[in-house]
Amino acid sequence: MKRDIFQAIADPTRRAILVLISSTALTPNAIAEQFKTTRQAVSKHIKILNECDLLEEKKEGREIYYKLKIDKMKEIDKWLEQFKEIWEKRFTQLDQVLINLKNKENGN
Amino acid sequence: METNLLMDFIVDKENKCVHVKREFDASLSAVWSAWTEAEILDQWWAPAPWKSQTKSMEFKEGGRRLYAMVGPEGQEGWSFFDYTSITPKTNFKHSSTFCDADANPNPDMGSSYWDVSFSEQGDLTVVDITIKRDSLAELEKVIEMGFKEGFTSAMQGLDKIFETKK
Repeated sequence: MKRDIFQAIADPTRRAILVLISSTALTPNAIAEQFKTTRQAVSKHIKILNECDLLEEKKEGREIYYKLKIDKMKEIDKWLEQFKEIWEKRFTQLDQVLINLKNKENGN
Repeated sequence: METNLLMDFIVDKENKCVHVKREFDASLSAVWSAWTEAEILDQWWAPAPWKSQTKSMEFKEGGRRLYAMVGPEGQEGWSFFDYTSITPKTNFKHSSTFCDADANPNPDMGSSYWDVSFSEQGDLTVVDITIKRDSLAELEKVIEMGFKEGFTSAMQGLDKIFETKK
């Protein structure tokens, strides 16, 4: 299943995992130790993050280390621009509403 | 409609805040009404082609606005605002929570916290909004609700404008 980055950051635990692995590569166990939830729950989050193509995998011996693909996070900036666009559209509509209110007051 | 009215949009990732500031060419009392009266709010709150439909609204401290964003195919996204503080024509604060039509909160979404200030600047009215905490999750939901596609084409043009501004 193809997921996008917005599914990755829609969950607070996943956001916390992303912060954790942004500077250091960590094993799933090391990540799980940082959370109160079960190891399985954390594994599920890691699986989703992987499907979002946000994780860089490195194998050392038997251990797998995960690190954040920083470039991928830039998609979030683009996405925030979309949120800005929503506000711009909203406000353009409000401008029109305010003009209508003014015209009504003036009896036009 | 083209306007020269200024808008600031700042994302403070460290504090998980979004700041939005915008000038309006209208009196303080008109702008205040537009933000605090359900009938006027519904005329502009949802970006077209979505519509805002307020089911109930009690604009007072401890009061609640329950409303839906209704999409062109009848999709509904419900939210409620719980007003925590109101200083008439100056400021109001509220939480915003995604929910169902009966105001049962969506347990996966959490809430965001809004602080909306109004001030006069000459003939203009300035509205200053700070949205805190779970705003990232909220943004996700807003996009998910179907705004994404509609904005993509407009965004492509805007991207260029933003690039030149930076």
